[in-house]
Amino acid sequence: MQKSAGALRERLAFIAFATAATLCVVAVLLICAFLLINGLPTLLREGPFAFIGNTTWQPATDTYGIFSMVVGSLYVTAGALVLGVPLGLLTAIYLSRFAKARTKRLLQPAVELLAGIPSVVYGFFGLVVIVPLIRQLFKVQGMGILAASIVLGIMILPTIIAVSKAALDAVPSSYYEGALALGASHERCVFSIIVPAALSGVVASVILGVGRAIGETMAVVMVVGNQVRMPVGIFEGVRTMTANIVLEMGYAADLHRQALIATALVLLIFILVINLLFSLLRKKARG
Amino acid sequence: MSEPAPPVLEKQRVRQVNLMSFVEQAVQVAEIAETLQVAETLQAVEALQVAETAETVQVAEIADATEIAKAAETVVSAKLHTENLDLFYGNFQALHKVNLAIPPLSITAFIGPSGCGKTTLLKTFNRMNDLVEGCRIEGDVLLDGDEIYGNMDVNHLRKRVGMVFQKPNPFPMSVYDNIAFGPRTHGIRRKGDLDEIVERSLRDAALFDELKDRLRHNALGLSGGQQQRLCIARALAAGPEVLLMDEPTSALDPASTAHIEELAIKLAERYTIVIVTHNMQQAARISDRTAFFLLGEIVECDTTAKIFSKPGDSRTEDYIRGRFG
Ligand SMILES: Nc1ncnc2c1ncn2[C@@H]1O[C@H](COP(=O)(O)OP(=O)(O)OP(=O)(O)O)[C@@H](O)[C@H]1O
Ligand SMILES: [Mg+2]
Repeated sequence: MQKSAGALRERLAFIAFATAATLCVVAVLLICAFLLINGLPTLLREGPFAFIGNTTWQPATDTYGIFSMVVGSLYVTAGALVLGVPLGLLTAIYLSRFAKARTKRLLQPAVELLAGIPSVVYGFFGLVVIVPLIRQLFKVQGMGILAASIVLGIMILPTIIAVSKAALDAVPSSYYEGALALGASHERCVFSIIVPAALSGVVASVILGVGRAIGETMAVVMVVGNQVRMPVGIFEGVRTMTANIVLEMGYAADLHRQALIATALVLLIFILVINLLFSLLRKKARG
Repeated sequence: MSEPAPPVLEKQRVRQVNLMSFVEQAVQVAEIAETLQVAETLQAVEALQVAETAETVQVAEIADATEIAKAAETVVSAKLHTENLDLFYGNFQALHKVNLAIPPLSITAFIGPSGCGKTTLLKTFNRMNDLVEGCRIEGDVLLDGDEIYGNMDVNHLRKRVGMVFQKPNPFPMSVYDNIAFGPRTHGIRRKGDLDEIVERSLRDAALFDELKDRLRHNALGLSGGQQQRLCIARALAAGPEVLLMDEPTSALDPASTAHIEELAIKLAERYTIVIVTHNMQQAARISDRTAFFLLGEIVECDTTAKIFSKPGDSRTEDYIRGRFG
């Protein structure tokens, strides 16, 4: 009697979990299907290479090429990495291996809070602090690749810090003790043994950061300038794929709308490739 | 004599006076001489006495000195030496008044039941206890007569006193880089020098022939026994004087164990080795001296032959015969 009640409970729990998991998968598949069905026709009509490789985006003449926006996204993302990766990695190393318990208790929640701030707030911060600062320092308009890179660089910090720190924390203490027993200083142990041992985790954090940066929309729209053109300099504005979608979706119809959905499809493919890289790396790290 | 004396008489008188004064002088001299002599005799007697005392003193001093010298010699010639060493983990006292002298170029084995402080003492020799929060030390630990817990540079100490851990812990990098880590740490950068050290260390650890074609392979791919010998090679490459081994064979199969025991005996020609082991046969096979630990104290430390044939303490005997532990 008791046994069968337990079995029933197990059965119910299984059904609940299975349903939840199925729903998640279905949601992902639905999104992909939606993007494919709506985006593929444009992509095929323009030709996928022309659509991605063409730099002219003129909805008025029904000319849709997103190359400048692909490049814009890549520039802004690369800029975010240049700023965010060293800062995030050093913070992770500090938190994992140098900070005293008290400092850690203060810093850890601060980093977690960084992850919880809505992206519109980051955008706002960029608009009222970063852009004017760039304007003053370099005597330029201010909105552009640099401003977006700085904002995104800050936004990817929590991801980089959390994932890198987890990887650093997971390095067996026997490595550290082994190096120390050879007469190495704490610094040398950390930078020559622990960081290399955690490298795959660090790279994973960077890949996740890329995913976050390339997909970020709101904060970018507010500071990047949004001009449709090939990048001309880090102080000048560009438009990213995400910005393109959010700026024009409101009034787009027909072909234009489909072209925007195709843009989202390209973005999705980018993200899928990044996730694939991430899971490959994780598999490799597990050995 | 109102009238002047005739000249002859006068001359005689003068001579007489002269003579008299001469005699007087002689007597005086004699007197002085006598006093002197007495004094000298006295002095001689005294001197004799002094000399006698001196001799006794000297004999005593010589006896003392020999003892002191003997004691000093054990201390001075000891590679590692502890004096009234107490060690605390927080409030828990893990070592009690440990006095131990480890002679150079020998193998000293630490035996004793689990938790009696063998690892703890081993780790005081290279200050790995510093990692343990709340670990506190009283008394002296000396390396070549210098205070290990004095103002010695810890990293340099750890270069001089190498350690091999219970679980093989090669770094997740190539065999070559594992061994080169120590020398690189201590400033050797030239490729030629490093190549030479890597080869020599691998040869010393009886590993060169097995691994010479795999120097660029990841060390984590080696067998457990190979990994442990790699760790020994890695420790040797740093150029130590002392090698501490904490149960280096407890995770290994009998063949690898035999390999490492042979290695230890060979290395003792050039290094001072301290090895912790739970394997009585191992201690008997390879060590010159054995220290038996119980509850944080060294019950006795003597030549291995003596410890295993007629130990001075019944507790040692009980342990060796397997009656507890
Ligand atoms: N980091 C530590 N913090 C607190 N107590 C410790 C610590 N390390 C060891 N101890 C205690 O000190 C005592 C001696 O431990 P130690 O590791 O030196 O024993 P051992 O003789 O090496 O034992 P085993 O043969 O099991 O390795 C034990 O009672 C142990 O619980
Ligand atoms: Mg131990």
